[in-house]
Amino acid sequence: MIVNALALYARYVAASLRAQAQYPASTLMLTAGHCAATAIEILAVYALFARFGPVGGWSFGEAALFYALVNIMFSVADLLTRGFEVFGTEFVRTGAFDRLLLRPRAAALQLAGHEVRLSRLGRLLQGSLVLILSTRLVPIAWDVSTIVTAIWAVAGGVALFAGILVLQATLAFWTVESLEVANVISYGGVQAAQYPLNIYAAWFRRLLTFAVPLACVAYYPVLAVLKRPDPLGAPDWLLPLTPAAGFIFLALAFLAWRAGMARYASSGS
Amino acid sequence: MPQILVEALAKTYRVAERTPGLIGAVRGLVHRQWREVWALADVSFSLEAGELLAFIGPNGAGKSTTIKILSGILRPTSGRVEVDGLVPYEDRIHHVARIGVVFGQRSQLWWDLPVIDGFDLLADIYRVEPARYRRRRDELVAMLRLEPLLDQPVRQLSLGQRMRAEFAAALLHDPTILFLDEPTIGLDAPSKLAVREFVRRLNREQGVTVLLTTHDMHDVEALAERVIVIGHGRLLVDGPFASLRAGVLAERRLYIDFVGPAPMLDIDGVTIKAREGRSLELTFNPGRLPAPKLIAAITSSHAVDDIHVEEPAIEEVIARLYELHDAHEA
Repeated sequence: MIVNALALYARYVAASLRAQAQYPASTLMLTAGHCAATAIEILAVYALFARFGPVGGWSFGEAALFYALVNIMFSVADLLTRGFEVFGTEFVRTGAFDRLLLRPRAAALQLAGHEVRLSRLGRLLQGSLVLILSTRLVPIAWDVSTIVTAIWAVAGGVALFAGILVLQATLAFWTVESLEVANVISYGGVQAAQYPLNIYAAWFRRLLTFAVPLACVAYYPVLAVLKRPDPLGAPDWLLPLTPAAGFIFLALAFLAWRAGMARYASSGS
Repeated sequence: MPQILVEALAKTYRVAERTPGLIGAVRGLVHRQWREVWALADVSFSLEAGELLAFIGPNGAGKSTTIKILSGILRPTSGRVEVDGLVPYEDRIHHVARIGVVFGQRSQLWWDLPVIDGFDLLADIYRVEPARYRRRRDELVAMLRLEPLLDQPVRQLSLGQRMRAEFAAALLHDPTILFLDEPTIGLDAPSKLAVREFVRRLNREQGVTVLLTTHDMHDVEALAERVIVIGHGRLLVDGPFASLRAGVLAERRLYIDFVGPAPMLDIDGVTIKAREGRSLELTFNPGRLPAPKLIAAITSSHAVDDIHVEEPAIEEVIARLYELHDAHEA
C-alpha cells in the first residue's frame, strides 16, 4: 500500500520534471533566480553580525547553521507539497479538485505529486552551501549521534513546514481562495526560525515552541548538535527529542484536512 | 437488481446572504445569514446495466449535482444512492475505480505532458496491470484515431482532438459505467458526430452503461433511448425518447419573411405566435402536418422572401413540461 503510493509519487515527480523540461530556459532561470534571491538573506544576516558582533551569545557561524537548516527544511517541504500551496486558487476555485476526487487515490497524495518545481532546488542548493560554510566556521564534533540528530531535525522540520502548508490548504475548504495570511506562518516562520530562540521575547518563544513548533525542529536540536546547554534551561536529554513535534504538527494538520474533505463533500465548491 | 439506484435524492446548499457594502461585509464576517438552496428536491430513478440514459434540463436544474453525487464527489442531504452495490460517497476510492467520467468543460489530462505520458500516469493511478493497459490503450487509440496525437502535449490539441483523448483517458481502466457531463459542448459538427458515434459503439458493442447530461437535443436524438428531464431539482419526465418526441418535443417553429406585408393565414393545425411587418412566426406539429406540406401551402399562395424551421429550445421545452407538470399536480 505505502510502497505503491511511493511508487506513484515517484511517477508524479517524473511526469512533473518532464513537463518542466518543456521549458528548459525558464526552469534554469527560475532556479538561478531563486538561489540568488535567497542568498541575499544570508548576506543580510552576515551584515548584521559584522556590524554588531555576536547576538545573544551566538556567532555568525552558529546563526548560519540555523539559517541553513531552516532553509533546507522549508525548501524540501515546499518541493514536496506544492499542490497544497496552490490548493485554493488552482483546485477549489476552479473546480479542478473534483478531478482528483474522481481518481481512486487519496487526494492528499495526488496533491503532493501535483507539481514538483525544480526551481525550488535553488533554495535547497543555497541552504546546503550555507550549511557547508557554517560547519567550517563552527567547530562541530561530528559523530553518529550528532549526524542522526541533524538528519532527524531536518526530517521533523520538513514535516512541520509540510503541516503548515497542509493547514493553509485546509483553510481553502472554508475560504475557497488560499489565504495569504497563511504565508505569514510559512515564510514568516522561515525568517523567525533562522535566528536563535533566546533572542526573542518570552511570548514569542512560547509561540515558536508550542503553537508552531519551529524551535523544536531548529533551535533545540541545533543546541544538541553543538553540544551546548540551553541558555533558557531546557534539559539536555530533551533537546534531541524535540523534532518529534514537527510530526505531531503534521498529523494534526491532516486531521484538520480530513474535516475539510468532509465539508467539501457536503458543500461542493 | 439495477446497476444504478437513486431513491428520493435531495441536496441543499447553504448560501451566505451578503448585505451589500462595507458594513454588510463586516457584519457578514461576524454574523452570517444563511439561506438554503435546493439543488435537488426529490429525484428517484434506476438504471440497468447496458442502458444509455440522457439527462436533459436547463442550467441549474440539478444535472451536474446528480452526476457529482453519483460519482462520489458530493454527499446528498438525504436519499439513497447505490452504484454496483456501493454507496459512492461512502466508499469513494473503490467506487471511482469502477467508473469513468468525462466533463466537457474540464480536462482530466496533464496540460504540459504528451497525451501518451498522461495515459501512462493514469494507468499507474488506476493500478491497471501493464499488459492489460497496453491492450486497452491500443484498442482505444484505434477506435478514437489518436495515433497521430499521442506525442503532442495536451495544450497543443484542438478541443475536438482533446475530447477524443479525454474519452480514452476515462476508459483506460475499463469501467463498466461512464458518466458524461455535457461531452459535446463547444465542439464543431464533425467532432460532435465522432463523439456520438464513439459513445454509441461503446454502449452497443462493449455494453458500457452510459449516463449523459446535455443541452443538445441532437445528442439525445442520436444516442438515447431513454430520457430524464430534470428541472428545478425535480424529475419531470422519465421515459423513452420516442414518446417525448411525439409529445412536447413535437412542436416546430416556422419563421417566414414575405415579400409584402405578412398575410392573415388560416391553416388547420397552425398557431400564429407573432406578426411584425413582413415577418410571421408560426408553430405547428410535424406529426400532423409535415413541414414540406405546410411550406408548399404557404408558398403556393404567397410570395415568400425567406423561410426557416426551428426546433424549440430546450428551455422552452422545459417550460412546457412545467406547465404540464403543474397542471397535473393541480
